[in-house]
Amino acid sequence: MFWPDRCIGCDECLQVCSSGAISSRELDSKCTLCGNCIPVCHAGARELVGRQVAVSDLMREIEKDIVFYDQSGGGVTFSGGEPLMQADFLLAMLKKCGEKEIHAAVDTTGYATAETVRKISPYTDLFLYDLKLINDEDHRKFTGVSNKPILENLLFLASINHNINVRIPIIPGINNSEENISAIGEFISSLKVVKEINILPYHKTGAEKYSRLKKVYLLPELDPPAAGEIEVIAARLKAYGLKIKVGG
Amino acid sequence: MNDRVARLRKESLEAIPSISTERAELITEFYQKAGTVSAPMRRALAFKHLMENKTICINEGELIVGERGPAPKATPTYPELCCHSLQDLDILNSREKIPFAVSPEARAVYEEKIIPFWQGKSMRDLIFAEMAPEWKAAYKSGIFTEFMEQRAPGHTVLDDKIYQKGFLDFKEDIKKSMESLDFLNDSDAYNKMEELKAMDICADAIIRFAERHGEKAQELAQAEQDPIRKGELEKIAEICLRVPAHPPQTFWEALQAYWFVHLGVITELNTWDAFNPGRLDQHLYPFYKKGLADGTLTHESAEELLQCFWVKFNNQPAPPKVGVTAEESGTYTDFANINTGGLRADGSDGVNDVTYLVLDVIDEMVLLQPSSNIQLSKKNPDRFLKRACKIIRKGWGQPSIFNADTVVEELLRQGKSIEDARNGGTSGCVETGAFGKESYILTGYLNLVKILEVTLNNGLDPRTGEKIGLETGDPVGFSSFADLMAAFRRQLKHFVDIKIKGNNIIERMYAAYMPAPFLSIIIDDCIAKGKDYNDGGARYNTNYIQGVGLGSLTDAVSAIKFHVFDEHNLTMAELLAALRDNFSGHEKTRRLLLNKTPKFGNDDDYADDVMMDLFNAFHDEVSGRKNTKGGRYYINLLPTTCHVYFGSVTGATPDGRKAWQPLSEGISPVQGADRHGPTAVIKSAAKMDHARTGGTLLNQKFTPQVLEGEEGIDNLAHLVRSYFKLGGHHIQFNVVDAATLKAAQSNPEQYRDLIVRVAGYSDYFCDLSKALQDEIIARTEHKSF
Repeated sequence: MFWPDRCIGCDECLQVCSSGAISSRELDSKCTLCGNCIPVCHAGARELVGRQVAVSDLMREIEKDIVFYDQSGGGVTFSGGEPLMQADFLLAMLKKCGEKEIHAAVDTTGYATAETVRKISPYTDLFLYDLKLINDEDHRKFTGVSNKPILENLLFLASINHNINVRIPIIPGINNSEENISAIGEFISSLKVVKEINILPYHKTGAEKYSRLKKVYLLPELDPPAAGEIEVIAARLKAYGLKIKVGG
Repeated sequence: MNDRVARLRKESLEAIPSISTERAELITEFYQKAGTVSAPMRRALAFKHLMENKTICINEGELIVGERGPAPKATPTYPELCCHSLQDLDILNSREKIPFAVSPEARAVYEEKIIPFWQGKSMRDLIFAEMAPEWKAAYKSGIFTEFMEQRAPGHTVLDDKIYQKGFLDFKEDIKKSMESLDFLNDSDAYNKMEELKAMDICADAIIRFAERHGEKAQELAQAEQDPIRKGELEKIAEICLRVPAHPPQTFWEALQAYWFVHLGVITELNTWDAFNPGRLDQHLYPFYKKGLADGTLTHESAEELLQCFWVKFNNQPAPPKVGVTAEESGTYTDFANINTGGLRADGSDGVNDVTYLVLDVIDEMVLLQPSSNIQLSKKNPDRFLKRACKIIRKGWGQPSIFNADTVVEELLRQGKSIEDARNGGTSGCVETGAFGKESYILTGYLNLVKILEVTLNNGLDPRTGEKIGLETGDPVGFSSFADLMAAFRRQLKHFVDIKIKGNNIIERMYAAYMPAPFLSIIIDDCIAKGKDYNDGGARYNTNYIQGVGLGSLTDAVSAIKFHVFDEHNLTMAELLAALRDNFSGHEKTRRLLLNKTPKFGNDDDYADDVMMDLFNAFHDEVSGRKNTKGGRYYINLLPTTCHVYFGSVTGATPDGRKAWQPLSEGISPVQGADRHGPTAVIKSAAKMDHARTGGTLLNQKFTPQVLEGEEGIDNLAHLVRSYFKLGGHHIQFNVVDAATLKAAQSNPEQYRDLIVRVAGYSDYFCDLSKALQDEIIARTEHKSF
């Protein structure tokens, strides 16, 4: 990742780039993520996003904040990306957290095999579970995959009475229709176990990171939903007897 | 607030600080005629002269009466301590920050009467004449400051004694102490008698001062047409004729009694940290309860009286400071810092109804003076903390929060009794004290970073080229990090020795020339010992040296350890060359130091271990040394505005800081060096042993969005409780406005640690895109008018 405003133009990175991806203080698609440019960039303008980490190292990091978990009743949230894509590592981490009595939440799209969800659920204290669209056709259109495994996994978690908060990102023009919101409300209320629904209004914070990563941001023109619209959606979901929180 | 309070508050805010020469004229007149008497007697007679002759001021509509000067914010001077020159007066009159209006008449009085008498004879003149050349060199270089060069030792706070006893009772105590003097065996008996006689004169003088207010109120009442105000003035007269001669019986009398005592202390001398009622909610609670029960008080009338009381503090700016003292403490605030909450003497929860009443007053008055804090014990309820957090959220910096349990631990560690510790609290900025029983003198700030600079220059101050330190060796020859630390410790000892030698002389000079017999009446055990406050009369006599720049020092030393000794990214010679050139032509090196160095404030053990070594070096060098009053030295870590002054005399440093820039403040990380959020800052800050200090200061900065809603308050409260579980002493919060965010936008290096609430999450402001920053700035602006 490249932060142009931090660059002081020392050009050290040009000397060490293994793939010729750096030219004129930029970064292009030839980058192989070799990381050679990171230590030589004293200005901190080059950064490798993501890193390999061992269970013990991550655990040490998590344990640093035990005083805060104890005080606030908080804990760790494994998020992503999609943490279920690294299910073995996640499982190892969840087990360690269990041993240390640290509350562990998993923030997931639910798009995973039934086996994965069954494997991690006994070690997960709380699922933060995304629901975007109930209509499968729309789901395929906007996310590229079917929502079938997502809904089935959620049904499974409900059937074992798991702690679940459902999170609904509200993306104007994509999933904010009355029909979709009502369908979500109906589905969740039928589960009977969901503790709380978090409405997450779409925001553009990620746009900047896309540009630093030289990735194309697909919704450059889309504005966040108005506060009034969020209130309407919250009221609609509340009508299903659900506990609603905006944000979270 | 009601109309009366709103008007008094407005008048206080709008009053322009000015110099009043009344006190200077009275004191000069007195000293011109003073005969041969002992020092305490001379000071007592001077106090009597002031109390009998100064203008009595009762402002329209007020309920608590008495001003230090002839009018609100008309500020007296203390030429016996610091005689301002005409040039000083011109600077005070015209300077951009913290000015005081000086009228042509005042200037003429100084030229004709004050300066001719006091020039060369003030404490300031005497002190500088006594200091050794190495002290002067270090002072001039900005290694340390000297608190007593313009202001008298003060740094003390009152306990509950004036609510139990009147000054007539104190006179009885004084008499008993006199009667017990042993002129046969005690070679000091004569000195004690002189001190006790002086106290007795001062007790009469404060009673007379109150009576004069009573007489004035009677006069005003007779002329008053409005029957309501007439009644109030008659009541005021009655109160002033009763207290502080007798113990107060009502809430109103309690506040008025304190206020006369306050005026006595700050008129006798210009003591540091003004003076302070301390645990106000504890002191007032019995009067509040009694008043509600017998129907003489309501919640509303109690609130109004407290609000009127608040205005009185705001009417008294800190006495005018010049020179280095103005640099180290550039503010009108005089550090009267009211405590609420904490523990009772028996160790139980001290929060009561008056606690919440005081918090309401703080919230409504929004005045810089008096300053306020909460003492938060694990025994205090969360609703108390949350009430305070809701005021903090409003973003004007009050109240600050102290860990009452750590404060007690600090006091116990210094040898106080458990009751005295629990009845204590904090004052000034963050200083721990046993209220009513301790003289805890801040003697000066110590520029820890400059001491490293001198170490890296083998004893030279590179700014002046003068040799002010020891030759601890050319750092290029250091073969290990341990060599550097050893050299630093030697240099530190050298300067602490110089500072304390100077302190010992100054302390004796105040004992000899400037006793404070009035203050001595109200601080235990001056009466029982027959000894003055400035001569060890207090039960506990503590001195502090306040370290400045621990964050900057840590990052600088961490950079040397990491890049020179561990990673070999730089040689010592290269580093020193970059510092010498103020990084000009060494920008890459500077970025390496700034961005690729373990820094304090990130819960990174590499940097935090360095911090602890340095903290221990400072602590071990100072703590436990003896002062001349039978007490000991300890350390504090607080800066007031001194980190800016010390930065302005300190060249480029190995943490990548350019020359003359401010140092880090308190125990806060270097501005922008903490990049892992407030929890990491708290973890780092808590690693030092706060219980071995007499106070540390930690600043945290949030935007208003972070603290929105009940959740924001809960999160803030959790953060505070977590820090205190880890033993932290104090924390305060900035909740910043749009103007600061704009400054952050144009000057991001200074604001790297600024956290903003974006949507459902928080992020570093400087890491956001310009567009998002603009959006957040716009949002915040909607909240301020």
